Amino acid sequence: MPDLFRILTLQSGHNAAVVLLGVAALGAAAGLVGAFALLRKRALMGDALAHATLPGIAAAFLLASALRAAGVGIEPRSLPVLLAGAAITAVLGIFTVHAIRRAAHPRIPEDAAIGVVLSVFFGAGYVLLSIIQVQSSGSHAGLKTFILGQAAAMSAADAQILALVALLSLLACTLLYKEFRLVCFDDAFARTQGWPVAALDTLMMTLVVIVTVVGLQAVGLVLVIALLIIPPAAARFWSDRLGAVLLLATLIGAASGYFGAALSAAHAGLPTGAIVVLCAAVFFILSALFAPRHGILARALRRHALNRRIALDHALRAIDDLARSSPIPTPTLDRGSLQRALAAFGRSASIPRLVRRGVLEPEPSGSLRLTPAGQRAAAAATRQHRLWETYLVARAAIPEAHAPHPADLIEHAVDPDLLDRLERDLNLPPS
Amino acid sequence: MLPTLSEFLQTDLAAILTATLCAITCALLGTFLLLRRQALMGDAISHAVLPGLAAAFILSQTRDPFPMFLGAAAAGVLTAVLSDLVRRYARVEPGAAMGVVFSAMFALGVLLMSSPSMRLVDLDADCVLSGVLESITWLGDTRSGSQSPSTLASLFSPAVLAAAPRQLITAAAVALLCVFAIAALFKELRISSFDPALAHALGFKPGWLNTALMILVALACVAAFEAVGSILVVAMLVCPPAAARMLTDSLRAQLLLSALLAALAAVAGYFAAAFGPALLGWNMSVSAAGMISVFTGLILAAAILLAPRHGVLVRRLRRLALAIDIAREDLLAMLYRLHESRSANPLTITHARAALGGGPIAALALQSAQKRNHVSRSRSDLALTPQGHAIAQGLIRTHRLWELYLVEHLGHRPDHVHRTAMDLEHHTTPEIASILEASAPPTAGPAAPLDPHGKPIPRPPTA
Repeated sequence: MPDLFRILTLQSGHNAAVVLLGVAALGAAAGLVGAFALLRKRALMGDALAHATLPGIAAAFLLASALRAAGVGIEPRSLPVLLAGAAITAVLGIFTVHAIRRAAHPRIPEDAAIGVVLSVFFGAGYVLLSIIQVQSSGSHAGLKTFILGQAAAMSAADAQILALVALLSLLACTLLYKEFRLVCFDDAFARTQGWPVAALDTLMMTLVVIVTVVGLQAVGLVLVIALLIIPPAAARFWSDRLGAVLLLATLIGAASGYFGAALSAAHAGLPTGAIVVLCAAVFFILSALFAPRHGILARALRRHALNRRIALDHALRAIDDLARSSPIPTPTLDRGSLQRALAAFGRSASIPRLVRRGVLEPEPSGSLRLTPAGQRAAAAATRQHRLWETYLVARAAIPEAHAPHPADLIEHAVDPDLLDRLERDLNLPPS
Repeated sequence: MLPTLSEFLQTDLAAILTATLCAITCALLGTFLLLRRQALMGDAISHAVLPGLAAAFILSQTRDPFPMFLGAAAAGVLTAVLSDLVRRYARVEPGAAMGVVFSAMFALGVLLMSSPSMRLVDLDADCVLSGVLESITWLGDTRSGSQSPSTLASLFSPAVLAAAPRQLITAAAVALLCVFAIAALFKELRISSFDPALAHALGFKPGWLNTALMILVALACVAAFEAVGSILVVAMLVCPPAAARMLTDSLRAQLLLSALLAALAAVAGYFAAAFGPALLGWNMSVSAAGMISVFTGLILAAAILLAPRHGVLVRRLRRLALAIDIAREDLLAMLYRLHESRSANPLTITHARAALGGGPIAALALQSAQKRNHVSRSRSDLALTPQGHAIAQGLIRTHRLWELYLVEHLGHRPDHVHRTAMDLEHHTTPEIASILEASAPPTAGPAAPLDPHGKPIPRPPTA
């Protein structure tokens, strides 16, 4: 644990700090670019193009080895060479998905086309890797680290490239913010206004390709898609505004990268890519649970509060009915019959609860009476219900015997001012 | 160097059979996934079974199939359930919801696979991704008394069957299970794939059916991961069914074809990987699993291009034929109008070709008109034959009826209707033509009715 703390505060040596910052930069860039791709509903294209990088890496290695054997001074295992190959086949993969869609429309849907490119290109990559294995006498020349990532091998130069890419993505997304925003939310309108939607889409996918390709080394091609999807999805829980979602996606991506890389450095056996993705998943789960408006907990609390209010309203009406049902008007209510009347409404409308809310007060004789506040509340609940029943019978042609149930449903879902309008509409004297 | 028969039976046959059985299983299930637009779910499950497998390995400390299947089935169901949850609460599209779930689960699986207890089971994440097809051998074990196969006949002896590799038996069992399940549930699967609302109304339980399908897919993924790995399973789930879809509309035919094409890809892919390089002079073999995926892709590409009704080539040819027909009719109409205007200059071939837009379509249209004897040619001039004249008359009639209709009933301006009528005249059936004529305003006297430009509308050509 103290190990982890030192790593997190960048005190554990130059290498560890480099890896941490590099992966964090990658996470930030992936979060930002992935947010736009997610909104444009192109998120899974990133999966196809990530898997499509494998044959490019292997082919670049083979080509460079052949060139080196022919005397050209090129290092087959150098990162720029491999990543260039990766980028080329990634773009090829995107074109293939579009080509399949166009040629086979409408018989092969888009998700199937993505699956085709993903698996066939990946398979081709494995074929090329096996050729390399034979040529390099038994080893894959370290190329397999691109599949699941190996952030620990990141050098300072690689981290600088990652930081540069993050900056580039930030710049591109800032400059093209208006354009991307419009294309994401209403591309038909953009087209009619003359904006180059196809070019903007291409630019967006180019950014995805760049982020994917530089992320190959850190988290591997299978998991890079997770960094493009999970932080933006987590950010969606917190806000509806594009700017906020972008910012949060970037921050969550960066944080996942930072903490994930730190954990992986602290425990040598843990694969970096997997840990980073699991950190992002933890952020996702936390966002899903605790986000203030759209989070699961917040929703459950709101629903619970609504159910309590509904139960209370119904209980007040039941009390009102009970009070009016006795032959002589008396404000005192017998405990037994009150309990029976309130039984249907659960614990939130039990007698002790109602006493605590100031609706009822106990009498020395054991029965209860409505407080003045309680009387007003009960009368209001009954008025509300009866108004809706009247409206449904008078205006919605619902037979009188059937009116109570729909009135029950409507009355809790509408504004109180609507009630006043209703009164005026029905020409009733105001109460 | 090609192997001898006994070498082949011992080192290659089991791998080929396993790959073929897995391919057929995945193709059958994949057909339904494709139709239900759930191809992505197959992709997701094949990634997401990894933590289930890893958990099964770690807990049971063996590569025993039963815990593996349990773990995979659990992971499959969990994926479907979590995807549904994420879809409902996260405000993102369904595909992205699935992406969140399966990529997180895959990461969990990779993490579990790297735990020290996995080393006892001798499996790592890389194996799971790419499979170990080449290491599936059919060799006898002196301890258990089983024998390696040496001839084709010996394959059926009990001693040899006892030596059959575990992966082959698993693949066969899962294949059988899937075939049974699909046969038993065929009606339900068919209805719920094409019309889920109707299925629900009829009392079938689409929810349970969906879960059952996902469990079958998870089991197929497990059986296949040792053969071709969990990512290449996706190739077998998607490509053969997609190819079958291009070739036919009938569900039964699709199931059969996708199974056949999958088997073809498995066998051809294995042979190409194992013996192809040798045939080309290189002393090596390449990844069989990778090659099989590539072959499924090639088969799909061939289907997309060459399918008899929906293929790219056939569609292009049909469009070309239509373009030639339209150009030919335009030629006849041109000649009719020339004749009607009593022009002294006949239409030369060069002019005709230029008027039809030049290029191969114009040339083919001219040829076609002459071959059908609609147009006769004397030196370099073209003229309508009687048959050609009749057809041209019908065309011009339709054209002018359309112009009249557009102006009188749809309020178009007379100078705007020519292009539209030119497009419509090629696609008008006789029934529509009589409707058009019936809606034309009646003329006084025996004179022919006039189109908006004052030209007479010809009578219907006497057949």
